Amino acid sequence: MLSSFAAKFNTRATRLTADLEHRAKIRSALRSYEKARDEKKALFQDWEAARDGAATIKWEAVNHLDAYLGRFVEKLEARGTKVFWASNAQEARDYIVALAKEKGAHSIIKSKTMTSEEIHLNDSLRQAGYEVVESDLGEFIVQLREEAPYHLVFPAMHLTRTEISDLFHEKLHSAPTDNPEQLTMIARRELRLKYLRADIGISGANFGIAETGMISITENEGNARLTTALPRVHVALMGIEKVIPKLSDLALFLPMLATAGTGQQITCYNSLIGGPRQPDEPDGPAEFHLVLLDNGRTQLLADAEQRDALHCIRCGACLNVCPIFRNVGGHTYATTYQGPIGSVITPHLRGLMDWKHLSYASSLCGACTEVCPVKIDLHHHLLHNRRNAVARNPDKWERFAFRAFARLTANPGLLDKLVRLSRPFLPLVRAARQIMPPPIKGWLASRELPAIALRSFRNYWKSR
Amino acid sequence: MNSGKQKEILGRIREALKVSAPIPHIARRQNASQLVQPKAWLPAVPPDQAGQLALFQKNCLQLKTEFCLVRGTEEAGRVAKELREKYGWSLAASHHQIQLDAVVRTLGIETLYMEDQPAQTALEKCSVGITACDALIAQTGSILLTARSAGGRALSVLPPHHLVVAQINQLVADLPAAIDLFSARYDGDYPSFATFITGPSRTGDIERILVLGAHGPRMLTVILVQ
Repeated sequence: MLSSFAAKFNTRATRLTADLEHRAKIRSALRSYEKARDEKKALFQDWEAARDGAATIKWEAVNHLDAYLGRFVEKLEARGTKVFWASNAQEARDYIVALAKEKGAHSIIKSKTMTSEEIHLNDSLRQAGYEVVESDLGEFIVQLREEAPYHLVFPAMHLTRTEISDLFHEKLHSAPTDNPEQLTMIARRELRLKYLRADIGISGANFGIAETGMISITENEGNARLTTALPRVHVALMGIEKVIPKLSDLALFLPMLATAGTGQQITCYNSLIGGPRQPDEPDGPAEFHLVLLDNGRTQLLADAEQRDALHCIRCGACLNVCPIFRNVGGHTYATTYQGPIGSVITPHLRGLMDWKHLSYASSLCGACTEVCPVKIDLHHHLLHNRRNAVARNPDKWERFAFRAFARLTANPGLLDKLVRLSRPFLPLVRAARQIMPPPIKGWLASRELPAIALRSFRNYWKSR
Repeated sequence: MNSGKQKEILGRIREALKVSAPIPHIARRQNASQLVQPKAWLPAVPPDQAGQLALFQKNCLQLKTEFCLVRGTEEAGRVAKELREKYGWSLAASHHQIQLDAVVRTLGIETLYMEDQPAQTALEKCSVGITACDALIAQTGSILLTARSAGGRALSVLPPHHLVVAQINQLVADLPAAIDLFSARYDGDYPSFATFITGPSRTGDIERILVLGAHGPRMLTVILVQ
């Protein structure tokens, strides 16, 4: 039986794969990225060794996560950060909503954080009566459209400037323009007002540095800097797997994240935050709260075979090269994390049986594994998920079919005989393909049943 | 407020880690930590200062950072004045620092100082934010600054133009060197905020077309005093 998620996935995928305009948009959006990524990769003295190094650092961190998290939190608390450990999405949301109430907040500004998408934070805050505004340009655009980010790094890559201009005209009453710079300035002006009014700024974190007790935020626009500088309270939301051992590890991760993620040598702003404003500093939030989120991550940690999926630095490189992503698009996944990494981890975060279909949304070409800067064995993990799903809930008919197949192939004489006997029925089978029930019909639709030779290879070999 | 489910989560982590995961091949060799050598992997940097300066300059050009090399504080002041005329600055914001003070004085326009804690709305109306910094990084064309060295968090991001006045001895080769310098300078007593700034604020969120000045400064100028 298909889960309802799988059925929706199939419907959307079928529609979008045939949408040539959509495919052209994605291709053209990724063209400049590909060129820049290759140029920046070539600047490295040894990109492959750097990948090995990054994988080693992440392995060390994830496989000693309790120790590094302990150190990280201790250092943060020593400088006045309030750390909250959330087991699941509900606990994280409740904490942040309660905090907003306690601080008498009205308006909340957010910089890009996929973790907040994961826990559907905006909905909770809005239901509790707060104004929540996304400040990353791409996120701002998809928020105005009331849809989810299309891509975990490029949230609005599925939209043209004309669509964005129409959207701004409708929602912000701006004059129509097809100039990306003017569109950016419309958003800039709009959001400046929100920044100056916001009581709370919510950000994500790309890395947590255990050695010094700091979070590191990577961005290009400066919206994360404003979010963490202007409001009187800063809340950062971070998955527990984001911790790395040492500050010097950033010398490797910052350029690798930028190169793989956006094709830059390093992004425009890479900021370290280790607490609220200190006594000798002229500004900054009076309070800094860090929410550490588990939400299924420890379950993935317990799967030693797929533990390296927690190495992910969310660069999005695997999406950009994935032939499936490029055809079905980001929204089809209906997950927080799209593409190969999303297909690997979503079954762990949201349930294997509901999300196992994503493991089949792959040609197993391995392009994702090849580009991953931290060397996650992505396409093999898709196979692992398939295997685990079958083991959890074996399909009776499938098992019967494979047993029969095994029996037949183990007995070549019988196989030969059956194949010969079935020859006269071949035209009938071909004709019947139209009236076969699904899923056989679908399976046959893209496959040609070959003609059966008059003489089998076995027979021929014997008589030679 | 409580600290949540710390014990439970750490307990689950320890339970999960009882089964060990396959070790990446590089870590299987004797001492993994010594095998992590970013300097040997990251983009190459010339060993001498002249080469590093040339690389920094080249990176600035690519990043659209305006770069001015000057001899001495006096010339820095003159160049700043020229910039004021070129861009029509009317109100500046800055912070106190010996070398910076001299430059800002010669600029001759009304200046807000972060030490006086101006309102955010006042800071937002400034034409330029003028700061010192901790280091310039040749490898990437980045500027490292902190809340302590550069007048807090907002000064270098809220005004539409960010002017950095740096000294030649602040130029370092690469990211590992910049992080070493940061660790050595603050030695455990870290400021609450530090950032690597690489070019003016930018976005590619509309059709992946580069636009400068998304939320942060549209212009970034570095005056490097030799």
